[in-house]
Amino acid sequence: MSLRDPLAKARGLGSAKSGFGHWWAQRLSALVLALLTPFVVFAVAKYGIADYSALLALLANPICSAALVLYVLALFWHARLGLQVVVEDYIHQPALEIALQVIIKIVFSFAAIAAVIAIARIALGA
Amino acid sequence: MSEKRPLSPFMIGPYYRPQITSMMSIAHRASGVVLAVGSLALVWFLLSLSMGPEAFASTQACLSSRFGQLVLFAFSLCLMYHFFNGLRHLFWDAGKGFEIGTVYRSGYAVLALTVLATAALWWFARMSGGVA
Repeated sequence: MSLRDPLAKARGLGSAKSGFGHWWAQRLSALVLALLTPFVVFAVAKYGIADYSALLALLANPICSAALVLYVLALFWHARLGLQVVVEDYIHQPALEIALQVIIKIVFSFAAIAAVIAIARIALGA
Repeated sequence: MSEKRPLSPFMIGPYYRPQITSMMSIAHRASGVVLAVGSLALVWFLLSLSMGPEAFASTQACLSSRFGQLVLFAFSLCLMYHFFNGLRHLFWDAGKGFEIGTVYRSGYAVLALTVLATAALWWFARMSGGVA
């Protein structure tokens, strides 16, 4: 038995390796979403599904399209991180858990890329 | 472990009285899952917008159907809840609002704001013709 305080061994080593990065990314993306969601919700409620040309005009504005790109990137990053934790917490069959984690990563990466391409097409007047 | 003990969150109900704190916590997760899956519809919406008026018209028809409106309403309710409760979480992350009285008050405030904001949103959307 060592007389060294266990804290001395643990100190400086960190805990769960990349755990803090995940936690921080979730909060950072939450902050972006908290700031931009009111604008996105307002735009959808005002023009939403009714006014095609108004939506195109809105996204032709580079500030709006850039903000929407930032929004969708933060959104799908946040969604991916959140679903990952839910699967980690409630799915306990290893094969199913790994399969779900891989599917979630691929689907939300694809969603982010597709959303950016769609916004770019509209912003550049396709 | 020799016996099967109830694990979180399955002890709530039969073994543990539901409280606003635990209920709002699980509702934050549940609404988050709904929003994560629902957010994929945003991709469909943006892609159809980028593919021209015909593609957008079919998206529009789908979303303005009775079922589409119901889904949009449920989605907006989850969004308002997750938004306001998420702000509450960010305050907690900053180390503020942990006193039990404050936790209860902020919880009721989130529920009230969710209902009010969802109602205001749909009133505004109907007025401006955005979703009808």
